[in-house]
Amino acid sequence: MENRKIVIIGGGPAGMSAAIAAYESGERDILILERDAALGGILQQCIHNGFGLHRFGEELSGPEYAWRYEKKVRELEIEFKLNTMVLDITPDKVITATSAQDGLVQIKAEAIILAMGCRERPRGALNIPGERPAGIYSAGMAQKLVNMMGYMPGKNVVILGSGDIGLIMARRMTLEGAKVHAVCELMPYSGGLARNIEQCLNDFGIPLKLSHTVTKIHGKERLEGVTISRVDENRRPIEGSEEYIPCDTLLLSVGLIPENELTKSAGLSLSGVTSGAEVDQYRQTEKAGVFSCGNVLHVHDLVDFVSEEAEIAGKSAAAFVNGGLEQNTDIKINTDGKIRYTVPQRITAKGDVSVYFRVGNIYRNSKITVKDGERVILSKKKEKLAPGEMECVKLTAAEIGDATALSFSIEEA
Amino acid sequence: MTRELTCIICPRGCAMKIELDESGKFISVSGNLCPRGKKYAENECTNPMRTLTTTAKCSDGSVVAVRSEGAIPKGKLFEAMSTVNSIVVPLPVSVGDVILDDFYGTKLIATANKG
Repeated sequence: MENRKIVIIGGGPAGMSAAIAAYESGERDILILERDAALGGILQQCIHNGFGLHRFGEELSGPEYAWRYEKKVRELEIEFKLNTMVLDITPDKVITATSAQDGLVQIKAEAIILAMGCRERPRGALNIPGERPAGIYSAGMAQKLVNMMGYMPGKNVVILGSGDIGLIMARRMTLEGAKVHAVCELMPYSGGLARNIEQCLNDFGIPLKLSHTVTKIHGKERLEGVTISRVDENRRPIEGSEEYIPCDTLLLSVGLIPENELTKSAGLSLSGVTSGAEVDQYRQTEKAGVFSCGNVLHVHDLVDFVSEEAEIAGKSAAAFVNGGLEQNTDIKINTDGKIRYTVPQRITAKGDVSVYFRVGNIYRNSKITVKDGERVILSKKKEKLAPGEMECVKLTAAEIGDATALSFSIEEA
Repeated sequence: MTRELTCIICPRGCAMKIELDESGKFISVSGNLCPRGKKYAENECTNPMRTLTTTAKCSDGSVVAVRSEGAIPKGKLFEAMSTVNSIVVPLPVSVGDVILDDFYGTKLIATANKG
């Protein structure tokens, strides 16, 4: 069995960024395992622009953003193995992987960085009644077909779900000559960025139907149409509101799920809210030496924040294998029902900490409050908070003081 | 006359209110959190521009990601799409390679490596 200091599972934006940060912290024994034939992860197929505004002050496309990191990985000669599928991680950090070139290999790692990303919620999770014809794709699958393989999945399109991938694909399919009849969103608000509603839907006159869902699939061999219905405040379809839209393609953009099978096999428990591991400010999980970052930890809306988070994990993993991480406190972060979760979920060392969080609903003119018992540490006014946009508050060591628990809440005006 | 607009310059997506005179000329904007929003609002009311990102066919039949280096007039997006769809990119191609020198006032560049 091979012994390595740091093994990173996944060569997407999180994995590459973590590797570079670990290298720059002085560690040289780093190995990235990637199941695809190339580095870059999902960014390879995200050919639209808008990446890198925070990191580079530029509007890059996905492949360009990924290439900046891949170039660095190559320049630093960080080792990576492509076409290599990790099958298992044991609780004592033995990784089993398989590839055509090496066969089945086992690697004992001192530190593991989980950077496997996320996958799309499939049709099976939606319970839409009707047939199982061809022509129904997840939005990301359609994106791969169009952007990487040069195939158009269809000509008349309905999109269910207004997450960013769905919005981006509405524009992409339109530019390639398809007619996108509607984007239906179950919730009374879109989960996508406001700018994407503007430039992907409004620019092309594509209707966004809020509080609507697909209630029937028509067609036996090939999709022939969908029935959409308005839903009530409990998200139940309203009888009599049905509308039939003929179409040959239905794209599903209905959420992303962190891909944590390996995390589970390593013996870690997952958060019921994020479907990812729970971490401290080092992005270290409950198991010493196992770190998690990027979309496998919690689904991000901006890759810039993935890179930032992965740098923390990479730097921490390097410190862990070279003397250890300082842990001198144990502060739990609690949230009210309005904030769905925070990352990190706990703080284990004194110092400044940035806490990222996501809300469960839209809140206007509200206040983000952080408290230690009755002591208000921070109170920040916010014009608008939305589930689709991650928020961040920075807390200094002095502000945190001797707190043993922090509570995050939203106060509405 | 007022017009409501969502800024597309950054992921913040500011909701802006624009004041226009009777002839549709830009007077002022509110709701933007930075000067780029003002510039965007002004352009959007006079000559809206968009960055085009798409794919182009390669000499081996595969596709490679391309984009306009700067923004192009919004009204020319579909025309620009047919221009891109009529060319064949010789391989190999690298990130940043110029595919077309003159592309609706900017350049068409490759955004991925291929071949």
